[in-house]
Amino acid sequence: MTDQVSMLIVDDEPSVRDSLLQWFLQEGFRVDTAADATEALEKMGACNFDIALLDIKMPGMDGIELQGRLKQIDSQLAVIIMTAYASVDTAIQALKQGAYDYITKPVDPDDLNRLIRNAALQRRLLRENLSLKEKIRSLIPTDQIIGKSPRMLKVIETIQTVAPTDVTVMIEGASGTGKEFVARTIHLNSKRKYFPLITINCGALTDELAESELFGHEQGAFSGALFRRKGKLELAHRGALFLDEIGSIGPRAQMDLLRVLETRRFTRLGGNEQVETDFRIISTTSKNLEEAVKEGRFSEDLYYRLNVFTIRLPSLKERVSDIPLLVDYFVGKFAAAMNKPFTGVEAGAMELLKQKATWPGNVRELQNAVERAVVVGKPPLLTASDFAGLLASEGALTQEGVLPLAEMERRHIQLALDSSGGNVSLAAQMLKVDKDTVYDKIRQYGLVY
Amino acid sequence: MILLVTIDFPGDVDYLRRSLRKGFDTEIDVSLNGLDPKPFFNPDRGQYSSTSIIERLEQETPAKASKVLAVTGLDLYIPILTFVFGEARLNGRCAVVSSYRLDNRSYGLRPNPSLLQKRMLKESTHELGHTLGLIHCQDQECVMKSSTYVEEIDFKGSWFCRRCRDFCGTALSRLK
Repeated sequence: MTDQVSMLIVDDEPSVRDSLLQWFLQEGFRVDTAADATEALEKMGACNFDIALLDIKMPGMDGIELQGRLKQIDSQLAVIIMTAYASVDTAIQALKQGAYDYITKPVDPDDLNRLIRNAALQRRLLRENLSLKEKIRSLIPTDQIIGKSPRMLKVIETIQTVAPTDVTVMIEGASGTGKEFVARTIHLNSKRKYFPLITINCGALTDELAESELFGHEQGAFSGALFRRKGKLELAHRGALFLDEIGSIGPRAQMDLLRVLETRRFTRLGGNEQVETDFRIISTTSKNLEEAVKEGRFSEDLYYRLNVFTIRLPSLKERVSDIPLLVDYFVGKFAAAMNKPFTGVEAGAMELLKQKATWPGNVRELQNAVERAVVVGKPPLLTASDFAGLLASEGALTQEGVLPLAEMERRHIQLALDSSGGNVSLAAQMLKVDKDTVYDKIRQYGLVY
Repeated sequence: MILLVTIDFPGDVDYLRRSLRKGFDTEIDVSLNGLDPKPFFNPDRGQYSSTSIIERLEQETPAKASKVLAVTGLDLYIPILTFVFGEARLNGRCAVVSSYRLDNRSYGLRPNPSLLQKRMLKESTHELGHTLGLIHCQDQECVMKSSTYVEEIDFKGSWFCRRCRDFCGTALSRLK
């Protein structure tokens, strides 16, 4: 696509057409002319123009009607209506029908040049905007959540359901399960995707910083406030606010946040002006917030405001059947980044990874393990020895300490279901119990398969 | 060779001739009052049609002149605009420049003959540049920068930037 501005001049008066043609040719534009509406529509159908200068009074179809027809061909065409007789009614009519502007002949050369420059700039920005939107669309990772285990398929289905709505989402999951990734996926699949996803790292949001960070401040609000600064709530306007690890937020910041979530209005520090903002909230937590509420460490009101729709991400151990898919994805990613021709992982090494008793760092731990293995390994396949460090550090069940028996049983049955790909008969065989027992336990623990 | 035609021009033709000869490095012939302006007058506007002057110059000036530049003290217009400082056809042979709106007196200011000469020279070079195929240039100091008011003319330089010179190099050398 060329940057040269293109213009169609439509006027029944040859001297006007010719003088405008010469004027804009000298500007370096691509210019074409038409003596009437029929010729203009023909030319518009044959090639694209950025700007159309239309005389309002022409034999046959007039400029206003022609504008409508041209806009049907290209809705973003910048139309400028020209008339020899200034008439407010006509100007209003032209502008109402989407004209960019309106000039009365003769016009001051400076005014005409400025008008055309602005119209060309607007057209270029529109074009850039469309191309950037297209680029964003192509970057949206619709199939990037990796996993075919029943738990992950359920998560993906939930994301697809909740993303296009404006509902407040809470993502729960242990460290490394991909909470932030899910939050970004939700945002990028929402109608707010062209507006920012503003992240607030709640762990770093001390009570002292919270107000200025969330609400921004006016110039001179406190010593060091040299300029007006927009807060994160304002920056998230029309987009989404991502509250990462909301459980770490301090009591004062909780109150600040609660206040603004109720009204979506606030004032900048040191200011009086009410700022209204429209954002969606996506928050994550790796802590048990319900417990924090019970213990009085987390505001109950804030909890219920944030916890409208919950997505619980399974730990890696709860989706063992996804390990080969994840490993293959990470091998491909790191092999390409490091320019090493790896094709995958040896079957034995993959089995060891699947059988590893604990993954406290979850998918992130697996990702780091594969990255390390790609660094030290020799193509084409990663072997068990490339994962030696990871597997040697294995200390079965010790990492999480002693678990309640019921929790142990729940996890173990879930592991069997995941490993069998959701096949209850197979899971029952693996557990050496009958099918009915497995079904009872599924009901008892609310297991997903 | 460039033919310099005056039409009711009150300025210093000799200064212009010498300056253009130096800049374009070619002979400048002068035809004093070479065209009657009456037919170009539009009584409704009280101005003279620059387009009609160019059309007449194209018909009536000798073909041996590579370029023809008319200079006048009359107020020029084209149909769509309230006024023009000058007009030329892109890659054409003829151009016209008016001193009327370049003169401080048009803006209620004290006359400044030296400034007026400089403005006339810049606009003459600018319009001749169009006849050499040059379009408006974004370089603030290039004479081909578009100017719609006199302060813009004062700000820009009086000769082509390197890019414009490179672009019209062959056409320039053909003038000699």
